[in-house]
Amino acid sequence: MLQRMNTWLYRHKGVRAALLLALPVLWLAIAYLGSLAVMLISSLWSVDSFTGIIQHHLTLTNFHQIFTQKVYGTIALRSIFVALVVTVVDGLLAIPIALFIAKVLKPRFRSVVISLVLVPLWASYLVKTYAWRSMFSDGGVLAWLLKPLGVSTPGFGLTATTITLAYLWLPYMILPIYAGLDRLPNSLLEASSDLGAPAMRTFRSIILPIIYPAIIAGSIFTFSLSLGDYIVVKVVGGTSQLVANVIADNVGTAGNLPFATAMAILPIATILGYLFIVRRSGALENF
Amino acid sequence: MYKKKVVLGALAALAYVVTSATSTMAASLPNVPMAKSLGKGEGALNIIVWAGYAENGSNDKTVDWVNPFTKATGCKVSAKTAGTSDEMVSLIKSGGYDGVSASGDASLRLIYGGQVAPVNTALVPNYATISPFLKNQKWNSVNGTMFGVPHGWGANVLAYNAAKVKMPTSWSAVFDAKSPYKGKITAYDSPIYIADAAMYLMSTKPSLGIKNPYSLDKTQLAAAVALLKTQRANVGEYWSDYTKSVQSFESGNTLLGSSWQVIANTINGGTKVKVASTVPKEGATGWSDTWMISAKAKHPNCMYQWMNWITSPKVNAQVAEYFGEAPSQTLACTQTADKNFCSTYHATDAAYASKIWYWTTPTTACLDGRGNICTDYATWTQAWTSIKG
Repeated sequence: MLQRMNTWLYRHKGVRAALLLALPVLWLAIAYLGSLAVMLISSLWSVDSFTGIIQHHLTLTNFHQIFTQKVYGTIALRSIFVALVVTVVDGLLAIPIALFIAKVLKPRFRSVVISLVLVPLWASYLVKTYAWRSMFSDGGVLAWLLKPLGVSTPGFGLTATTITLAYLWLPYMILPIYAGLDRLPNSLLEASSDLGAPAMRTFRSIILPIIYPAIIAGSIFTFSLSLGDYIVVKVVGGTSQLVANVIADNVGTAGNLPFATAMAILPIATILGYLFIVRRSGALENF
Repeated sequence: MYKKKVVLGALAALAYVVTSATSTMAASLPNVPMAKSLGKGEGALNIIVWAGYAENGSNDKTVDWVNPFTKATGCKVSAKTAGTSDEMVSLIKSGGYDGVSASGDASLRLIYGGQVAPVNTALVPNYATISPFLKNQKWNSVNGTMFGVPHGWGANVLAYNAAKVKMPTSWSAVFDAKSPYKGKITAYDSPIYIADAAMYLMSTKPSLGIKNPYSLDKTQLAAAVALLKTQRANVGEYWSDYTKSVQSFESGNTLLGSSWQVIANTINGGTKVKVASTVPKEGATGWSDTWMISAKAKHPNCMYQWMNWITSPKVNAQVAEYFGEAPSQTLACTQTADKNFCSTYHATDAAYASKIWYWTTPTTACLDGRGNICTDYATWTQAWTSIKG
């Protein structure tokens, strides 16, 4: 029986492919695209203010509120700004680290150092965030370190949020850049230096263009992860709030899911816009 | 991870739509029958609780009042812990639960949504000795019918670092624009905190005519929001989980602000700083929790037995001490491990309790009888977003 099924499937390539793909495609269609569609539709609903029951009439009130009340624009811009700063900081930190691991370290140490980069990912996100909280607090490690320099800690706020996010997502930036550098043949670097190019020139003309897609890949991680985060800013953000906090507050405390979904479309649109720019720059083609 | 959050959110949205579509629309009080008599226990009980309200020894071996209950009644308890009042509301809407320990900002929604049944207090013997000032209140009854059994309560006190702050007598210590404690003030991170500002305005700006801090018309809400926006400039951070607040006081990031007695006790249990707490002259907001029985309870007899069990002197004392709140049961005060417990929490102090405005869900229907001109909780949530800016 099994034998016959095998033969039959072997002869019908199309059916074989369909069977193989059915599950992942279904998953993608239902769990990802389907839920996105549900979200889009529910952003057009509203909530009965007394009973908290969702009203299934289509209305643009939620979007009207988001676009007419200044506070949501401010929060959106602040969130995008934080995500961009986190991405730039991570990029600046990750390139030299990845370069060191891929090109300076002896091969047998590479895997060890790469696992060290990954080790923080095994620790709980919350533990790391709260650790930063105690470091930023008055009388914390940062205050003690900075005091001799005459600098005080940034305290809780957007700076602390940005630093913590940059710390959390750094491995996501290092890994793709390292992978990109790993594929870069040393002979190219040698050729560049044989032709008399100084280090900076080699970096600019050889290394950077080659690892550019890798940087973009890493930036997609850091940017979108930062844009979706609402816990870090709750823990170290002081009085600040980001887009994801507005979403969480409307889901969790207000029970106003339609408004939350309308708000959730903002980061989705931002990231789609980001991906579009990235695609236009051609970074995704040789990726 | 981002995508996962989106997907989870969308799935939650879907679940919400499905569950809410099945519940009925209710503008007036739904007719849910009250139990007339009790039968034999059904052998099982499914309840929704705040963390720490149904301990079975799994968190702390010495803290267990669930297993003794099962032994005494034969009702096997499965407790679902909820993190917010809203979670409680949506859980009970989903069905399958017999009861819930609802705070005042959930209870009215449950009553008017037809999710809970009135409670026949005659069937709960321990109800008789519950503090009288907790009975027939706006958040647990409608027209003299009790919709639950009071569990315990507490005030949102003004806590302050005793070494660095002189005892404040007024909430102006946290609301005044020219506060000397700029950047060291904390406030509770929830839309319900707007009521604290409204309560302060009741005595400082009587011309606004606020009668109940949970019933604000548009002008009154705008005044409270303006006050909170002024306050924000002085706030170091908002808190919503209590360990965070404890740590802030200990590190000195926070010197004073709205807090809970349990937070002050936790800090004073350590040696880093001493924190005192007070209820200033304007009064305080607070919470009062009520055990409510689901309208669709499959195990109503077990639920009635549970409501009686949890308010029995010994158990009520255990819960209150474990959680850090005033027990509702007056006789619990003789059963606490710490003999000063009830006086620390002002458990039987009706005068203290009367100064507290208990969390109540703001609805468009004003609680002070002005009609349907008040702002609801969804409006408060958006106002809270604009306050934080």
